[in-house]
Amino acid sequence: MNTPSNRLAYKPLRHIKERIIEAGLFLAAFMSVATTFAIVAILVYESIPLFKVVSLWTFLTDTQWTPLFDDAHYGIMPLVAGTMVTTAVALAVAIPMGTIIAIYLSEFASHKVRESIKPVLELLGAVPTVVYGYFALIFVTPLLQKLMPELSGFNMLSAGLVMGIMIVPYVSSVSEDAMRAVPMHIREGSYAMGSTRFQTATRVVVPGAFSGIAAAYILGISRAVGETMIVAVAAGMQPNFTLNPLEPAATISSYIVQVALGDLPHGSIGYQTIFAAGLTLMLMTLVFNVIGYWLSRKFREVY
Amino acid sequence: MRFTLQEMRTMIARHKRWDHIFGLVGMLCLLLGILTLVVLFGQLLLQGMERLTPEFFTSFPSRRAENAGILSAWVGTVAVMLVTAMTAVPLGVAAAVYLEEYAPRNWMTAIIEINVTNLAGVPSIVYGLLALGLFVYQFGLGQSILSAGLTLALLILPVVIVATREALRAVPGSIREAAYALGATRWQMVSGHVLPYSSAGILTGMIIGLSRAIGETAPIITIGALTFIAFLPNSPVTTDFPFISFKWLMDPFTVMPIQMFNWTSRPEEAFQLNAAAAGVVLLVMTLAMNGLAIWLRYHLRKKIKW
Repeated sequence: MNTPSNRLAYKPLRHIKERIIEAGLFLAAFMSVATTFAIVAILVYESIPLFKVVSLWTFLTDTQWTPLFDDAHYGIMPLVAGTMVTTAVALAVAIPMGTIIAIYLSEFASHKVRESIKPVLELLGAVPTVVYGYFALIFVTPLLQKLMPELSGFNMLSAGLVMGIMIVPYVSSVSEDAMRAVPMHIREGSYAMGSTRFQTATRVVVPGAFSGIAAAYILGISRAVGETMIVAVAAGMQPNFTLNPLEPAATISSYIVQVALGDLPHGSIGYQTIFAAGLTLMLMTLVFNVIGYWLSRKFREVY
Repeated sequence: MRFTLQEMRTMIARHKRWDHIFGLVGMLCLLLGILTLVVLFGQLLLQGMERLTPEFFTSFPSRRAENAGILSAWVGTVAVMLVTAMTAVPLGVAAAVYLEEYAPRNWMTAIIEINVTNLAGVPSIVYGLLALGLFVYQFGLGQSILSAGLTLALLILPVVIVATREALRAVPGSIREAAYALGATRWQMVSGHVLPYSSAGILTGMIIGLSRAIGETAPIITIGALTFIAFLPNSPVTTDFPFISFKWLMDPFTVMPIQMFNWTSRPEEAFQLNAAAAGVVLLVMTLAMNGLAIWLRYHLRKKIKW
């Protein structure tokens, strides 16, 4: 019978179906936690065999990285140095440029300019990194060689510069969001005291938004540390313990790519080293993220 | 200290000059970014133009640069993207629906949310290592289209989740209350109302995610994709019953960015031209997808009025 009271009756089947759907949705959301666990577990599990042969001390202090040669050395430092140098060059471009663009778009540009330029700028972050690598190798390096004739064909400078341009939209859009979150009345207060736009931007808005800007910088650093293809294409893939950006060098990620390009049997020494390198990379990103978290907590302004 | 009117005027003028200087510097920085994009595209186009013939799309890679093409690469890219979309979109949307519409406020939800944020910051090559250890060896999927598709799906999952959550949040609460008032269950409310209304936003997120996946090179190289493939995967349509075959999922493959990387790393000049041509195709694909997403977002904002 289809009486109203019948239709409104409690339906156990419907209730069960709802619970099943909710459980399914929860599992999908839980995938992210599972992925994190899987990443850590796989990196540790696959690199343990290496640390049975090589002590952690040697891994951290040896100044050569030649795991695939007869005279094998397992010092991660040359790769870490390469990663740091390319990251530093990239940040030297991305942080000033990204911050200036963010201030300009948030405090100076008209609504129309902002709305039309932002999507174009964000395309910079969408270009495939292998295309950037090609650009660095074929265009930027020859350009730099005109200024510095002794520059080698593969070098960390051009890879880092191009990487910096790639990171600009990440830095600028997160910083701009943070600056726009600074309430209007604070700016108005500053203007009422007779400040110019530039004074308001640099002395009121930027300090007020610093916790968000710090987060943007950290995002940029993470991007630069993990970036692979630009370095693999344009910086050469020879491990080289140097802090000179004019030289070629390998980074942690470009080493992984280089080894993975060759024949890589499961459980071989090459196989184990890329996981150890990956673990190092992961820990480096983690350290930067913790610093970023701490910075943004310390400088958080509550309005 | 007291200033005369004249002194104050010059002071104001001096400070205001900084406004103009900074405005100029800001414009210059923006121009530099956009100029890079233009030069990058122009350079690729200039170098690759002569290779962009119809044969370039219908030939396999070859040892002779002028005969080489991207047939296996673009077919591989399409196949991998298919797997990625089929995995990442349902999973990402389901996760976002849970977090927005179902999740209680407790520590479990907090952990999931922190994880989604953190995963977005994990370097892509680490996903490649995860896939190499887990999909290729532990699950025994091998260096196949399926492994690659699943890897990229994990990689873009945070993008899809964040975009979907934003789209769901844009649906006003009154719609949900109206559905409940008519006796709908939570799932009926979500599947019948909230999801359809946010579908365009979800689509935008999916396109952005896929445009990122299409250019990813490092994780795919890490799982061991080959760089020289002169054959196509098995056809998904067969002449025998049941006419559909999933054998292609387990086939070896190459993708566009790997093909480009392979050509870039060769010393011969002729292959550099191929790399440029492949770069143009790749760039046009990514820019078109991003353009579509921007257009969708723009029109959405104008059209919907609750």
